[in-house]
Amino acid sequence: MRQRSVMRVGATLMVASLALTACGSRNSGGSSGGGSSNKVAKIGVIAPLSGNLSALGLGIQNSVKLAIDQANKNNTIPGWTLELDAKDDEAKPDTGKNAATALASDKEVIGVVGTLNSSVSQSVQPVLASAKIVQVSPANTNPSLTQGANWQTSPARTYPTYFRTCTTDAVQGPFAARYLFEKVGIKSVATVHDKKAYGQGLVGTFSDEFKRLGGTITSAQTINPDESNYQAVISKVKPSNPQAIYYGGEYPNAGPLSQQMKAAGLNVPLMGGDGIYDPKYISLGGKTSEGDLATSVGAPVETLESAKKFISDYNAAGFKDPYAAYGGYSYDAATAIIDALKVSLKDAKDAESARQATIDALGKVSFDGVTGKVGFDQYGDSTAKVLTVYKVQGGKWVAVNTEDFAKK
Amino acid sequence: MSQFFQQLVNGLTLGSLYALIAVGYTVVYGIVQLINFAHGEVFMIGAFGALSVYLLFFDGQTGVWILPLMIIGAMLCSVGVAVLMERFAYRPLRNAPRLAPLITAIGVSVFLQEFVRLFYDKIPTFPSAKQNIPFPQIDVVTGKALEVGGVTIQRAAIFTVAALIVCAALLWYFVNRTKSGRAMLAVSQDPDTSRLMGINVDRIIVVAFVLGAVLAAVAGISQGLQNANIDFRMGFIAGLKAFTAAVLGGIGNIQGAVVGGLVLGIAESMAIQYIPGQFGGSSWKDVWAFVILILVLVFRPQGLLGARVVDRA
Repeated sequence: MRQRSVMRVGATLMVASLALTACGSRNSGGSSGGGSSNKVAKIGVIAPLSGNLSALGLGIQNSVKLAIDQANKNNTIPGWTLELDAKDDEAKPDTGKNAATALASDKEVIGVVGTLNSSVSQSVQPVLASAKIVQVSPANTNPSLTQGANWQTSPARTYPTYFRTCTTDAVQGPFAARYLFEKVGIKSVATVHDKKAYGQGLVGTFSDEFKRLGGTITSAQTINPDESNYQAVISKVKPSNPQAIYYGGEYPNAGPLSQQMKAAGLNVPLMGGDGIYDPKYISLGGKTSEGDLATSVGAPVETLESAKKFISDYNAAGFKDPYAAYGGYSYDAATAIIDALKVSLKDAKDAESARQATIDALGKVSFDGVTGKVGFDQYGDSTAKVLTVYKVQGGKWVAVNTEDFAKK
Repeated sequence: MSQFFQQLVNGLTLGSLYALIAVGYTVVYGIVQLINFAHGEVFMIGAFGALSVYLLFFDGQTGVWILPLMIIGAMLCSVGVAVLMERFAYRPLRNAPRLAPLITAIGVSVFLQEFVRLFYDKIPTFPSAKQNIPFPQIDVVTGKALEVGGVTIQRAAIFTVAALIVCAALLWYFVNRTKSGRAMLAVSQDPDTSRLMGINVDRIIVVAFVLGAVLAAVAGISQGLQNANIDFRMGFIAGLKAFTAAVLGGIGNIQGAVVGGLVLGIAESMAIQYIPGQFGGSSWKDVWAFVILILVLVFRPQGLLGARVVDRA
């Protein structure tokens, strides 16, 4: 009898420990100095600064810091000093919500750049919207964030405070489908996603377009992002003989998936979205990741004339981490907020009272940014719809095709 | 049909991994009636130990002769952590109420995870453990898979299953044929009488922790080779599954842990393959695995092979 009670206590504790590991947040704040006579307005960052996706998150944080430091140095907004307040969301919706709540309760916060994950934005959006704080995401690609759950049939703006500088999966998925079908000539694809908002949305839009073009989806599977052994899923996909795998998710799972599926003899390219476009993907995927494909938003930053200054400034600022996939978009997001603040803060007595004016001003922003023309449509989506296909060649991501996506 | 054998191979591989870890839970439970929730972390430390040996001495090489040295490194790390854990976390609580060591075990588990996460990259040239770290690929045991009659068998899978067979055989020999092993059996039946018979009970408890750690270290390397990457949280899920396997087979029973691990692994693979529609696929595999656990516990509360430990009242 004693033994059974131990088991029961054990099970309870196991559940408790599960719940506990999900708690705990780590903040890493950064602030830039300023003159003492100036009023202070803060721009927040919500991104994964620790954990598997921190390579992307730290790039976002640093790029925003760069934009803020430059604005302070050039005295872009006379009488005001901008400060950075970066919060870690650990790529988890609940942690992101806590971060948003902390920022929303700070009267000096006027705008937020973030998040990286679409799933995190879903829980951050309502918190920031009720405090009338603008949010500009450099990386959320799920269409429903701007156009609502029924974005395909009846798009309707969800939150007036939400904007993004990147294109969406409504464009990215079909773009990948057309590339595979028309340019590479692949007619059958198996899809795998990680059940998160981003992965599921991407695979959905990809599959619709791929079938519309006349291709077949041989198998549709999911994986559990907390696990790292995908043998059983690979075995399930393999007999359907796909010519490629399309994966919706991020590199911490995609890299090992590519490695394991090729080790299992499924020698077809894996293609993914911007979530796998990171050098870490190649180090996790190993040698056999050669030939894998990824789409990412915008033209490659390195090739843009407009981005040269950003890259040299970023390197000169001496950040420990690279600007990663979203550096340019984060810099543009911060610049867009600062642009709006030029209008909204001019006659404002404090940051909190200028929040509504900032929302109005941000919708009208238009300038030439690092990633091209920056502007927002009636839903808060970026007006730019340029995408690029990258391929792993010689252990590096190499751009193979950049196109402006026009809806057919 | 080849699809069936394919998933059987996958299941056996996964199950062997669970079994190697589950033995650690079951041996310790059999001796001290403690569910050592930090055992998953011993497994994780084993994988990091192997990686450390590789990075320190053999970085960039792929010869198969490195493997034994990595295994020794992994075992040293795992055993070291397990012995320290027993000495400083559990022994002072030997006569405390049972809940105390159980909560301590969870504390140790969180401590070890965070320790690796925060301090692994403090060693010069070591990568940060905050993200997945690629695990070295060794000749012979990784690389091109073998094809046997339409069934793909990964080299790392062969290594894992072979490791389980070797470990299980050695363990059987140790428990049944050596003095220390028989002392272990005696202590599990009645620690007080064993002490009267001249058995050093404290030493036997350490031996139990060491045995579990050795097998967990082998499992750590197996997982590293199979998945080609490791991270500081890998012990959590693996530990949970292994604990489930130990309960499934009958906790306290070594053969039970092995059988439980294999059954759990095969159940997961088959659920992905054969349960159609909305409730199938890898999202539901854990659900089906735990449904099996619940059914077994309802109809056979002592586990598949029965808990062999004599319960001290």
